[in-house]
Amino acid sequence: MSAGTAPVSDLLSIADLDRHGIVELLDLADHFTEINRRSIPKVPALRGKTVVSLFYEDSTRTRLSFETAAKRLGADTMTFSVATSSVKKGESIRDTVQTIDAFGVDCFVVRHKSSGVPHQIAGWTDASVVNGGDGWHAHPTQALLDAYTLRTHLGSLRGRHIAIVGDIKHSRVARSDIECFTALGATVTLVAPPTLLPPSLEGWPVQVSHDLDAVLPTVDVCALLRIQLERMTDGLIPSLREYTEFFGLTVRRAALLRPGALITHPGPMNRGVEIAPEVADASNAVITEQVANGVAVRMAVLFLLLGQPSQLPPLSEGPE
Amino acid sequence: MTDLVIRGGTVIDESGERRADVVVSDGEIAAIGTDLDAPAGAIVIDAGGCVVAPGLVDLHTHLRQPGKEEAETVESGSRAAALGGYTAVLAMPNTTPAIDCAGIVREVQALAGTALCDVEVSGAITVGRAGERLSPMAEMSALGVRIFTDDGTGVQDDLLMRRALEYASGLGVTLAQHCEVTALSAGTSMHEGEWSSRLGIPGQPSEAEELMVMRDIALSRLTGGRIHFQHLSTAGSVAMVQAAKAGGLPVTAEAAPHHFTLTDACCQTYDAVYKVHPPLRSEGDRLAIVAGLRSDTIDAIATDHAPHARQDKERPFDEAAPGMLGLEYALSLALTELGLGMADVLARLSWQPARIAGISEHHGGRLVEGRRANLCVIDPTATWTIDASGGASRSSNVPYAGRTVTGRVRHTVLAGEPVVLDGEAQR
Repeated sequence: MSAGTAPVSDLLSIADLDRHGIVELLDLADHFTEINRRSIPKVPALRGKTVVSLFYEDSTRTRLSFETAAKRLGADTMTFSVATSSVKKGESIRDTVQTIDAFGVDCFVVRHKSSGVPHQIAGWTDASVVNGGDGWHAHPTQALLDAYTLRTHLGSLRGRHIAIVGDIKHSRVARSDIECFTALGATVTLVAPPTLLPPSLEGWPVQVSHDLDAVLPTVDVCALLRIQLERMTDGLIPSLREYTEFFGLTVRRAALLRPGALITHPGPMNRGVEIAPEVADASNAVITEQVANGVAVRMAVLFLLLGQPSQLPPLSEGPE
Repeated sequence: MTDLVIRGGTVIDESGERRADVVVSDGEIAAIGTDLDAPAGAIVIDAGGCVVAPGLVDLHTHLRQPGKEEAETVESGSRAAALGGYTAVLAMPNTTPAIDCAGIVREVQALAGTALCDVEVSGAITVGRAGERLSPMAEMSALGVRIFTDDGTGVQDDLLMRRALEYASGLGVTLAQHCEVTALSAGTSMHEGEWSSRLGIPGQPSEAEELMVMRDIALSRLTGGRIHFQHLSTAGSVAMVQAAKAGGLPVTAEAAPHHFTLTDACCQTYDAVYKVHPPLRSEGDRLAIVAGLRSDTIDAIATDHAPHARQDKERPFDEAAPGMLGLEYALSLALTELGLGMADVLARLSWQPARIAGISEHHGGRLVEGRRANLCVIDPTATWTIDASGGASRSSNVPYAGRTVTGRVRHTVLAGEPVVLDGEAQR
């Protein structure tokens, strides 16, 4: 353990931040976006801190995004890859965490296929834990970068109507997006066949529709989710072709959106399934912006958890 | 064996309640009445303010032997049972290998020889609990097995279950069913509902249990076979069992302490100590289990004591082993949570399960002269806080840590031997 003086805390789900906390974090991300525009986008705000990527599930963009964010803040990074680790020899997660902890680390970024693993790890270490995606449960930094991306275009999410379309049931992105968007004052409509909705929506601040055509003209944002091939073999949908026919954002359907309405996708996309290739490349699709913003948002998360407010790097221009 | 005198307590058994001393000699109740003299050299147990009752009987205990000795053994599990007031437990057959033939029955019976309570052995309904063909029930029943179950799973095949009921009826044994339709429950780790949806944990609907309860009631009607429903967890199951009983079918049922004390909301910590099959259900289900126990629709409280080593519990929720400890907590939880008097609680923990297990000759029933001295002494006013240690069990998967309960076992007497005195196991 390094002798950090900041109170250690975790980002396990959006619920760890209230509305004020989300806004504060997005404002902080603005700051880091500015820094990322510099010719040398690197500041020493987390120098001496060590951030470990503990990824039990394959991920390219989330892991690289976190590691880029950590490096731009001057932190040291370690990558724990299951494929080459002692997990293959049967080591438990707790033993792995405590072993890495013994090196002296400040933050674990955790991804696991099972819901709840970041919560469990938070109980086994004094280091900060950031949820990089757990099972079907939560992916808070994805939701924050989604909200950040939307905010840069829409100004505020308050009063905005956002459709989340696709496999809500199995989606950690959807769960975190719903929490984040509604906390910021947006109205959320879930659009999916009933087999791809959670069995209970009790207590969820959302509306539900099974008719994408009816919803699209009413929204400011159409947030698409990845549909996985295994949903078909599980009998949740008859075929990908039928899914695309009724829930895919085809060219025809994208034309139902109001002018200025945005299209998001957390990636990786199945072009031709949940989104038509032409739609993915349209000017109102902000998908690559999401990726770019991911770095700034994750810098903000890491700084919030590990940094000292006094170490917030000044902006190059303008008064501090 | 040294004689015992249990003095000054209130005796509560199937026949009612009375103030009486109990003299135990040669393993039997030698005398029961007021102001009895202690035989010379007898151990005198002061039961002032306490209840003296027939020992408790657990219809659902996982002793994990053979095969999972790191989690529990017959010895450690029976010690936990004795501390919980039990003088008999029914060992479940989902061991490794499963108790599905005479050889394994004999092995467990041999281990039971030195246990701190009587260990009745249940046998599997199907070979290897695989649900494909009937186990040799007759040869196991010849060794004294009276209950057969594939516990841990239910018999999925309708025809095989029909045949099992028919075959069992010829042996005079009872089939006990873990009701769970695996087509609806495969891959799940908790109750399907508000919490599973929120937590992103695959859930199994109540109907996974209820469909099998419904089928087995129908098969009982068809065959006349006796069915005991294990660990009922849903309001729908309780309603169906109530209707089946009203219709005169030979069905009985049990419920576990965790299903009348805990709900699926516990899972929000992602602590796998709350993972169990059938899963912790909704508050409405919990209340239905309480009501079912109060109305006697559910005949027995059975612990489903399921020890698991730490490395099997300290895992991602969906990978962790299901089950929780219960033997040392069941009586106290029942006294604290059910709103029933002592006699009604004891009925569901002692003489009613003893009858279902077919062991009423020596357990439950009435405390009378000449009967084997299987007894427990309970302090009904002792208030205590459950700790996370797991007590005498080799495991510590206790979901009740920190909970304060009222009522505690002070002494347990097994065939005249004080195996627990003042809350301490004597061996």
